[in-house]
Amino acid sequence: MPKKMHIKLNVNGKDEEFLAEPRELLIYTLRERLNITGPHIGCETSHCGACTVTIDGKSVKACTIFAAQADGKEVTTIEGIGGPDDLHPLQNAFKEHHGLQCGYCTPGMITRATKLLEENPNPTEEEIRFGMAGNICRCTGYQNIVKSIQAAATEMNAAKEAAE
Amino acid sequence: MKDEVTREERVDNLKGMGCSRKRVEDARFTQGKGNYVDDVKLDGMIFGDFVRSPYAHARIKSIDTAAALEVPGVLAVLTAADLEPLGLHWMPTLAGDKQMVLADGKVLFQGQEVAFVVAEDRYAAADGIEAVEVEYEELPVLVDPFEALKSDVVLREDLVAEDGSIPDGAHGPRKHANHIFTWEAGDKDPTEEVIANADIVAEEEMYYHRTHPCPLETCGCVASMDKVNGKLTLWGTFQAPHAIRTIVSLISGLEEHNIRVISPDIGGGFGNKVGAYPGYVCSVVASIVTGKPVKWIEDRMDNLMTTAFARDYWMKGKISATKEGKITGLHCHVTADHGGFDACADPTKFPAGFMNICTGSYDIPTAYLEVDGVYTNKAPGGVSYRCSFRVTEAVYFIERMIEVLAIKLDMDAAELRRINFIKKEQFPYTAALGWEYDSGDYHTAWDKALKAVDYEGLRAEQAQRVEDFKAGKTRKLMGIGLSFFTEIVGAGPVKNCDILGLGMFDSCEIRIHPTGSAIARLGTISQGQGHATTFAQILASEIGLPADSITIEEGDTDTAPYGLGTYGSRSTPVAGAATAMAGRKIRAKAQMIAAYLLEVHDNDVEFDVDRFVVKGAPEKFKTMKEIAFAAYNQAIPGIEPGLEAVSYYDPPNMTYPFGAYVCVMDIDVDTGVPEIRRFYALDDCGTRINPMIIEGQVHGGLTEALAVALGQEIAYDDMGNCKTGTLMDFFLPTAWEVPNYETDYTVTPSPHHPIGAKGVGESPHVGGVPCFSNAVQDAFRPFGNTHTNMPHDHWRIWKAANELGLHG
Ligand code: FES
Ligand code: FES
Repeated sequence: MPKKMHIKLNVNGKDEEFLAEPRELLIYTLRERLNITGPHIGCETSHCGACTVTIDGKSVKACTIFAAQADGKEVTTIEGIGGPDDLHPLQNAFKEHHGLQCGYCTPGMITRATKLLEENPNPTEEEIRFGMAGNICRCTGYQNIVKSIQAAATEMNAAKEAAE
Repeated sequence: MKDEVTREERVDNLKGMGCSRKRVEDARFTQGKGNYVDDVKLDGMIFGDFVRSPYAHARIKSIDTAAALEVPGVLAVLTAADLEPLGLHWMPTLAGDKQMVLADGKVLFQGQEVAFVVAEDRYAAADGIEAVEVEYEELPVLVDPFEALKSDVVLREDLVAEDGSIPDGAHGPRKHANHIFTWEAGDKDPTEEVIANADIVAEEEMYYHRTHPCPLETCGCVASMDKVNGKLTLWGTFQAPHAIRTIVSLISGLEEHNIRVISPDIGGGFGNKVGAYPGYVCSVVASIVTGKPVKWIEDRMDNLMTTAFARDYWMKGKISATKEGKITGLHCHVTADHGGFDACADPTKFPAGFMNICTGSYDIPTAYLEVDGVYTNKAPGGVSYRCSFRVTEAVYFIERMIEVLAIKLDMDAAELRRINFIKKEQFPYTAALGWEYDSGDYHTAWDKALKAVDYEGLRAEQAQRVEDFKAGKTRKLMGIGLSFFTEIVGAGPVKNCDILGLGMFDSCEIRIHPTGSAIARLGTISQGQGHATTFAQILASEIGLPADSITIEEGDTDTAPYGLGTYGSRSTPVAGAATAMAGRKIRAKAQMIAAYLLEVHDNDVEFDVDRFVVKGAPEKFKTMKEIAFAAYNQAIPGIEPGLEAVSYYDPPNMTYPFGAYVCVMDIDVDTGVPEIRRFYALDDCGTRINPMIIEGQVHGGLTEALAVALGQEIAYDDMGNCKTGTLMDFFLPTAWEVPNYETDYTVTPSPHHPIGAKGVGESPHVGGVPCFSNAVQDAFRPFGNTHTNMPHDHWRIWKAANELGLHG
């Protein structure tokens, strides 16, 4: 059996340290080892985006990266984006605009959308559709997901303006 | 006492039927706090996974598990030999056949379950699977059902008598060793006679390809046998948890009260999660053997290759008409490829589901349908992928036949539909193949749809485009896809609908708490449809308590009343009706309490939004909240304390939602790429409970229709290798490929449903597939196309263009 590796990560602001086989996937680390079950598994071949997390500021599919590759990095999952007392505008917008049905894709969708809006705070519909194409939803047909992201963008821009 | 709040405000406060109430489910899902089966974690839980067959048809010569048991972390390996003493190496299917749980001497499809490896974690299970040695002897493979019906190769030796004769199957006589059943509806001879003597006859053969529901979450379960108390708890992705409990009891011998089945949050179902799969049985056995909770979760490849395919119907049609276009007869023959075991999820008496709704929305006086089920070396399944049982196939068939007939008549397909629709005054309408359509107003819906899209204008534009194309000014053709569909949902009346002998009623149980809030439990289970939101709305309107004060719970067989689950758009038609009826029982008791409190006779009070008022004296009233409290704190002569009700609802008939769809598409002849310019969907699902959720269902159903029509398929090569086992090959549309949809509606309430609702989740899929397909075919109609088979992926569209000589 290959030697276990010593891995340190920061997940949602919390330092984690553990020994893992080199083949351990990050999604497994999150879900099984750290009990962070927001990111889901839909394919394990990097097609569906249900496992999307943010690593050092970039959207990454956690099923396609080893825990060892995330060594020393900062990982954010849906649990780190917002909770009952500090809901992210995207979380609210998905509810307001019916951007989810079964909810299985939702953590990955919202996590990806946070990055999309960071990179492009004023996306057109086309840019949203292109920027979200790595995340599959089987339920909604995307129309209301697009709407939710547009609504969140508007809200976030207004808040930013008000703050300035 | 003066009432400060207006009646309108009181209605709004309830958030009852008809309003776009936001979903109560969303808080947990948007914060990553859903609880799906793979999120279930129990102390000491271990993991099971399958050794699967690489061959589509082979004899198993030996299985050696010794090396696997040496792998660190591996705890046990189960084979058929281990299950046989328990009688669990085979299990009954929903279709009256039986299926191997683990390969018993042979395998019948690629990916079939051969051994179950149980290990401390998923990695160890994967290592164990690698170490199991199976020796196979390959057998000739049958992937073509027509060949299977001629072949000497016997797939199911267990279904052939020792003298070589073919015993009857669950659905009557079988014609060949690889034949499963023949199922008929309608009148054969009269139909053939009408067609033989008709002015016009159009014929077509079409293949509705095999595909898969592919919800984003795969199937899985956690089985936990508590040996101390003798209780088995089974969490799983079950669309029908109560039926699963009964099945587990029947096949395991455990008494039903000792089994608790829980469907937690489900990440989409679309029919995939109706069946009972070997993974469930093996997990239960493994938990009994090891004394530990066992989790089994499919990976995507397992899911696509082994559980629950859909469709795979080879359909041959003849339709006859007068010269004016009045349809006189319809003949349909289907060769149905069911794979290695007949595991179709259909009501017992309907081995081809409701395929006999294939006369569609049209007044066709004579019709005949014959379906032959066939075994092949493909995965078993045959579920209704986002449709009521085989309705998608039926509607695709008739909507293509109408187009083909229109070509033969040289007539506009919209007009042909119009002159053949069942008229409003003909409802309730008994179709030639037996169903009694409860209600409809097709002409109104059709006219509204055609007007909304400016149908005449579109046809003119299309004609101009053809001119331009011929003149070399463009390489893009324009297609106008039409479809008008009638669904048949809400299975169903117990007199003719059952699954494994269980009548297809459904149920609701309501408990009102003293302070005027409530919990209601149902026999169904949401997989994204938003039951917790909409069923509370039905109740709010029925019992006058705010939807926000009503908790809806489903999916735990220890607490919920028995029901047959959620599929076939049956939740609203059946459980929704049960909810309304249980609510009415609450209201009846509340009326007596109110009358007592107001010191009048029972008949002197009437229900008004959220209260009972004294007739003619609206200032004298008791609110439902007050009544609820009284039910618990006062001794009322002749009335038991408490306020609870339960209703088991056996629907008198199915419901028949319908709709009119139009798709406008541009097709690049040189690349085969279709671009959807516009999609208009008018749905009539009767009374509308939550318009926001209805629209969401329509968007989702249309997107799955787009997928199926334009590229999604489960394909096999000649060796029975599944070529589409990953999301690389199996088409799931992304936001980039999907258009915005325009939704519209008419409302024709179901006359026999307590609130007039009909169900909507599947309509857009049923109506959408032919609409997308018709758009592609219509683009090529001016160049001589009558029919090409789906899926219309870029390659096939290019090929169609090529065959019509459009590439110069
Ligand atoms: S599970 Fe990672 S992309 Fe599908
Ligand atoms: S909401 Fe079900 S997959 Fe997106």
